[in-house]
Amino acid sequence: MSLSRKTAVAGVFEHPTRFAPDKSLFQIMAESVRGALDDAGLTIKDVNGLCTTGIGMSGMGIVGLCDYLNLTPNFVDSTSIGGSSFVAHTAHAAAAIHAGLCDLCVVVYGSTAASSRFAIGTGGERGGAGDPCDQYEIPFGPTTVGAYAMIAQRHMHDYGTTSEQLAEIAVTMRLHASMNPAAKYRDPITVEDVLASRIISSPLHLLDCCIISDGGGALVIASAERARDLKKKPVYILGAGETVRHAARGQRDFLEIAAAQSGRLALERAGVMHKDIDMAMIYDSFTITVLATLENLGFCKRGEGGAFVSGGRLRFDGEFPINTDGGGLSSNHPGMRGIFLVIEAARQLRGECGPRQVKDCKIALVHGTGGALGTRHSGATLILGNQ
Amino acid sequence: MAEQTQAKKYSKPLPHLDEENRPWWEALQRHELYIQKCGNCGDIRYYPRALCTNCMSSQVQWIKCSGRATVYTFTTTYQNQAPGFRESLPYIMAYVELEEGVKMLTNLVDCQPEQAKIGMPVEVVFEDVTPAVTLAKFRPAR
Repeated sequence: MSLSRKTAVAGVFEHPTRFAPDKSLFQIMAESVRGALDDAGLTIKDVNGLCTTGIGMSGMGIVGLCDYLNLTPNFVDSTSIGGSSFVAHTAHAAAAIHAGLCDLCVVVYGSTAASSRFAIGTGGERGGAGDPCDQYEIPFGPTTVGAYAMIAQRHMHDYGTTSEQLAEIAVTMRLHASMNPAAKYRDPITVEDVLASRIISSPLHLLDCCIISDGGGALVIASAERARDLKKKPVYILGAGETVRHAARGQRDFLEIAAAQSGRLALERAGVMHKDIDMAMIYDSFTITVLATLENLGFCKRGEGGAFVSGGRLRFDGEFPINTDGGGLSSNHPGMRGIFLVIEAARQLRGECGPRQVKDCKIALVHGTGGALGTRHSGATLILGNQ
Repeated sequence: MAEQTQAKKYSKPLPHLDEENRPWWEALQRHELYIQKCGNCGDIRYYPRALCTNCMSSQVQWIKCSGRATVYTFTTTYQNQAPGFRESLPYIMAYVELEEGVKMLTNLVDCQPEQAKIGMPVEVVFEDVTPAVTLAKFRPAR
């Protein structure tokens, strides 16, 4: 049974804060939920489904959040697959509504990653009795940046991809951030600036890496029928896919990432072709994440990502606009940012993006990445449309 | 004196030894590197685990590795805030592909950052970091 166009994103809200040392993450989440409900013209009394997970939250954080919000939902989901979690939650909420498990579901994320000084990406990993796979990695000093850096190194070796090509992704995200009043970094940068920034883990420079911020956001998911009666134009969920990739018992092809599978599933289920996509929100933890994801989603052939991201193609006014909010590279990255991908895509499909609005935007692709591409990671893809 | 003892303490994370991985770590203590092969279907695997991921058999064979490998990919890490690693920056982390056909994460040692190359032949070296734990690292082949 196809889920296509049976459910919709009915409300969105991105918390404007990028630094909130005096707020708890539950307060940020609750303010985000209120914002998304206001956007849809609904109240907390309408909510009977909840999806959340996070960093800085306990494993059972969703139970505490229900207490904080005084919710007794009929459906809960705390799928925790890293930054892509909220993209997956959106699909799970849609499936739950379609199956009659709940009527109206809120997906929410909040974090105080910056003000809590989480060393995301360069904090190393803890030792001890973690997952069995950790025992063979943590003694060697892996970092999140290091994992992605090894993907970049291999891509450069196999295909001649250059640091300049990767830098162009960061430059484009900063251009988009300059048109987003909430973005953390809005001053333009050049390819030379990226290359002149210090190396964190070769070949990735500081400006190849996402920023660290506080922040939060929420989505309201409803049946398509109900969404049509609400305050804002519905953004229909057309298709979704998700999966996990890993070392495959030491036999993995590193440049084939989770996006290959989740993207194929989402496009097939939505019944749309690559050429139908008007804009995309691609998780940009690092510049290489974008390049590898575009290849694996099939927007260009493997090895052609360097050329594909060049020449301004990714700009909001280019041939293939991505990350029009400024992305994790410039706008916000509170540890996990899947939810912001869905929020910005929904705003684009509603035509609410002002100077950074993509012309005639009808179908958007959202792809979240979680974990570390060089090792265990997840991918979740959504196709959204406004008709 | 007490301070000196403290300074020598190994401060990087250590693995947790248990029933399924102990033979592997004990072999490293003897300066031997093994990978696993399924005793039922012959599928090879790294890292070691109790069940074959192909047929779920518990029959494990251990294959002694030559210790020869090539660099599959690598990175020189200049920033890691974790204790033990922040004192040893920069260091090279790499996936090496063993002659036996599996890739493993390791460190390249006795190797300058500018010397590291994908495809470079490397050989295992055993680093005894504590009385219980020896790590398999790799250096440029001699």
